[in-house]
Amino acid sequence: MNPAEETINTTDYVEAPPAPKRTRMQEFRRTLGQNRLAGLGFIIFFLFFCCAVTGLVLTSGSKPAFDPSMVRLEEKLRPPLSKPNLKALRPDQVPVLNVYLMGTDDLGRDVFSRMLQGAWVSLTVGFVAVGISVLIGIFMGGIAGYFGQHHIKTVHILFFLCLIGGTGLIIANFTVIGTVILLLCPAYIFYSQLTRHGSTEKETPALKAMLHSNAVSVDTLIMRIVDIMLCFPSFFLILTVVALLPASIYNIMIVIGLTSWMGTTRFVRAEFLSLREQDFVAAAKALGLSTFRIIFRHIMPNAVAPVLVSATIGIASAILTEAGLSFLGFGVPPPHATWGNILSNGKNFIFDAPWLTFMPGIAILIVVLSFNLFGEGLRDILNPKLRERY
Amino acid sequence: MIDRRPTNDWPLLCVENLKVYFQSNGERARAVDGISFEVREKETVCIVGESGCGKTVSALSILGLIPTPPGEIVDGQIIFSGQNLIKLDEKEMQKIRGNHISMIFQEPLTSLNPVFTIEDQLGEAVKTHKSINAEELNRYCIQLLNDVGIPSPEQRLNDYPHQLSGGQRQRVMIAMALSCDPDLMIADEPTTALDVTVQAQILKLLRSIQQKRSMSILYISHDLGVVSAIAHRIYVMYAGIIVEQGNTDQIFRSTRHPYTQGLLASLPSLSKRGKRLYSIPGSVPNPAYKPAGCPFHPRCSHAILSCQDEFPEMCDYGEGHQARCPVLFKSKGYKGPNEMLKNTMS
Amino acid sequence: MLSFIGRSVVQKTITLFFVSIVSFLIIHLAPGKPSQVDPLNPKFTPEVVERFIKEFHLDKPLYIQYIYFYRDLFTGKTVSWKDNQSVLKKIWERFLNSLPLFIVGTLITWTLSFPVGIRSAIYRGGIYDRTTTFLSYLLISIPGFFFAYVLIILVVTYFHVPVIGMETFGIGHPSASYLIMDRIWHLLLPSVLSATAGIAVLSRYVRSQMLEVEGQDYIRTARAKGLSSEQVHYKHALRNALLPFVTMFGLILPTLIGGSVIIESIFSWPGMGRMAYEAILARDYPIILTVNFVSAVLVLAGTFISDLLYLVVDPRIHL
Repeated sequence: MNPAEETINTTDYVEAPPAPKRTRMQEFRRTLGQNRLAGLGFIIFFLFFCCAVTGLVLTSGSKPAFDPSMVRLEEKLRPPLSKPNLKALRPDQVPVLNVYLMGTDDLGRDVFSRMLQGAWVSLTVGFVAVGISVLIGIFMGGIAGYFGQHHIKTVHILFFLCLIGGTGLIIANFTVIGTVILLLCPAYIFYSQLTRHGSTEKETPALKAMLHSNAVSVDTLIMRIVDIMLCFPSFFLILTVVALLPASIYNIMIVIGLTSWMGTTRFVRAEFLSLREQDFVAAAKALGLSTFRIIFRHIMPNAVAPVLVSATIGIASAILTEAGLSFLGFGVPPPHATWGNILSNGKNFIFDAPWLTFMPGIAILIVVLSFNLFGEGLRDILNPKLRERY
Repeated sequence: MIDRRPTNDWPLLCVENLKVYFQSNGERARAVDGISFEVREKETVCIVGESGCGKTVSALSILGLIPTPPGEIVDGQIIFSGQNLIKLDEKEMQKIRGNHISMIFQEPLTSLNPVFTIEDQLGEAVKTHKSINAEELNRYCIQLLNDVGIPSPEQRLNDYPHQLSGGQRQRVMIAMALSCDPDLMIADEPTTALDVTVQAQILKLLRSIQQKRSMSILYISHDLGVVSAIAHRIYVMYAGIIVEQGNTDQIFRSTRHPYTQGLLASLPSLSKRGKRLYSIPGSVPNPAYKPAGCPFHPRCSHAILSCQDEFPEMCDYGEGHQARCPVLFKSKGYKGPNEMLKNTMS
Repeated sequence: MLSFIGRSVVQKTITLFFVSIVSFLIIHLAPGKPSQVDPLNPKFTPEVVERFIKEFHLDKPLYIQYIYFYRDLFTGKTVSWKDNQSVLKKIWERFLNSLPLFIVGTLITWTLSFPVGIRSAIYRGGIYDRTTTFLSYLLISIPGFFFAYVLIILVVTYFHVPVIGMETFGIGHPSASYLIMDRIWHLLLPSVLSATAGIAVLSRYVRSQMLEVEGQDYIRTARAKGLSSEQVHYKHALRNALLPFVTMFGLILPTLIGGSVIIESIFSWPGMGRMAYEAILARDYPIILTVNFVSAVLVLAGTFISDLLYLVVDPRIHL
């Protein structure tokens, strides 16, 4: 047989036809490049991050390069890009580069330096608040989603009530009653350990049966807690707590975080509910993996996508909230600068020095916009079904 | 038994060299790469192939239902009743859809709108294409449901899709497709999502409808068993091209393409009991990265060197049976009419 | 149906009960006593403070305070600590002020969002879609108060329209039509402001719902039947896309209180949000708690209504 007519596939093994395989990173960069708005958002976010970090470095310490708190009463309300009046200033009061890049405010402070200082605050508030809310949300949502059908027995509820009630009563100076109730707890533990291996009675007395009945499922409990939290209008709640607590940046971050975890919980729970029934979970269980490992190593990476999206949008919303709080006077205390602070200060001089309002306003707008765009872009990228087909 | 004699010479539907490409993620997927087929009056033509071979895309492009941003009809023509459907604009296509050509789909639950009643959806096509008053429409709908074998049609009319079983929903879809008395019905794997017993009922229904209404059916499937039960003629598709065509006897009894042979060999049957199940090695190529030459050659046990380089032409075995494999053509010692002519003349 | 309503009401009442406890605890466990509100106020002598404490049971343990407070609430006897007026009366007045703002704002939001969102979805990728997308992102990202000041500057400088407050100060008693026009002018800017962010968010959501529905199989079937584009979009797709919005309608009830604090502060609009804000500043616990309670009732009522509407509208749900 001439060579042109010999069969070329002699083995059973057939190579797959060649198609270029792309790594995850390449895919990510490609889709980011395609979705231009999201790419733009990412770039702006990155720039903002760099600004915030350099801003922190440049404005902190005792002799910072850009001093946000240097008061120069002679130079009140100068417009942007104006030159300082060198004759009236001491040498150390003269701004870097010999120009007020964004003008000065009503106390003669360099607005540009204050903006740099505020950048770091906004960044931190956004990230820490969202970090807290995402952590709580994933925890609550994961438990509700995965252990949803487990029930909490009535005894357990009574146990916790005794624990909390006893402690509370002791704190409120009802020592005797409080200690008695508190002692019920270890007594119950002792008792349950004793009778664990001993119960051979076929008929449990009615009281015991009632105590061991399923009171409420974990899912219902967590969702009710979410509902209760949702009943408080969030801004109002933040306002209440921030007004009642001493004003500090950490309080604000924690409070914003503690009041915005509900959405994440809902997302995570929904994802867990659907992922739990999938075959890969059954396969993992069949292989004997521990529950912990299944949740964190197998289910969680799949459930994270909507959380990431809501986290980026949450950062944007946290920054806006902080600005709003500063506007109303509840933000970070002076003289520390935040963008909301500067804006709030500037509203009094809106006709004389509009830059005091516009600079931080537009800066907030750009940063929040970039986060929102990036978040929406992430949603498109992470959605495996790629709903927005081009 | 089905009457398998060809009835008429004029094809009702004639597709020539259709090419449909999809552009996404920087890749150009050649889903349909130059196919030609025809459907004549009163016959059932089946297009068979595995998932991903382009058969659904071919069917959708007849009715102009390909989503146009990623997909595009790049070449070819689709002649129906003397008109090239590709050249028609949207309004003119709307007059043909549901009216002269209708289509039924694979998933009956998601193919019916969940918020409208059966009566609403059934009567819609009729109201659009013909003028009819409400009372007549009601009677006509009941008649249609009777035709497709749904019991107590008066009650069913007021139901919503989720209240019916899978088989009943598919019957409703068939009724919808028949409502305007089309010349051609395209059926895209209508029984794939159904149980085997229900499948048999639906096939029986389709056969009887075709005979009663003398309608043509273009049936898309991957299931050779189904195909053998209802087809007059069969086109086998692979990777966007037609690799073999012929009538049912020819395809099942004397197939001439390695792919079709592989498909038939893969069917489990009692005669192969105790023996190892056969499967075609390898897998279907990615439509964006098809092998050069014959697209089947990497998986073919008959492939020779020239199969890698030259795209094979259709080889004619006579009486409408054609296969796209020159290797088998030559090896069976069968010299085509041209070869024989050359030999006699030299 | 009745059992569903019954169960729902019971569940919501239990939630309400827990909400009342939690809000009570938050207020009272926070540092700072209400009697320390005005340390510089000469009127707050120690005797007055004593009487204050006695009057409002502030020396009793928390759970007794709780019972007293809610007993007074339900019998309408709660009084504000700042000016001794009846809380319910105050809230009602301010509620009537907030109501027009709320109604006009919601009206503008919902009537504009749907056409915009639907059109964006149908002509996806076109100029209209891209422009509205960009504008939506812009509106979502702009800080509300900043935008408010920009608008105020524009309107006051170019149109010479008074914008602060509910009516022009010192207006006297002119004719009815003048009064109405005046009211409308004052109402316009705050409503537009509160509507803008809402329109941006809602129209995006409408658009994404519409897109999701348009990708479904039954739309393909509808087109295969030869229906016209209008029928496919506005009959088949829209009816399905609107489902979640009917239920959302119930949930806008709570925004009566929540969203307006900043807007009311900027425009000096004497509404409920502003009252709550002032109460927080003054640590006027009865008002804070009552407003909280009212808002919780609104949230729960809103969820209840939206559940009911969902039952009615979606034929797939039958109880």
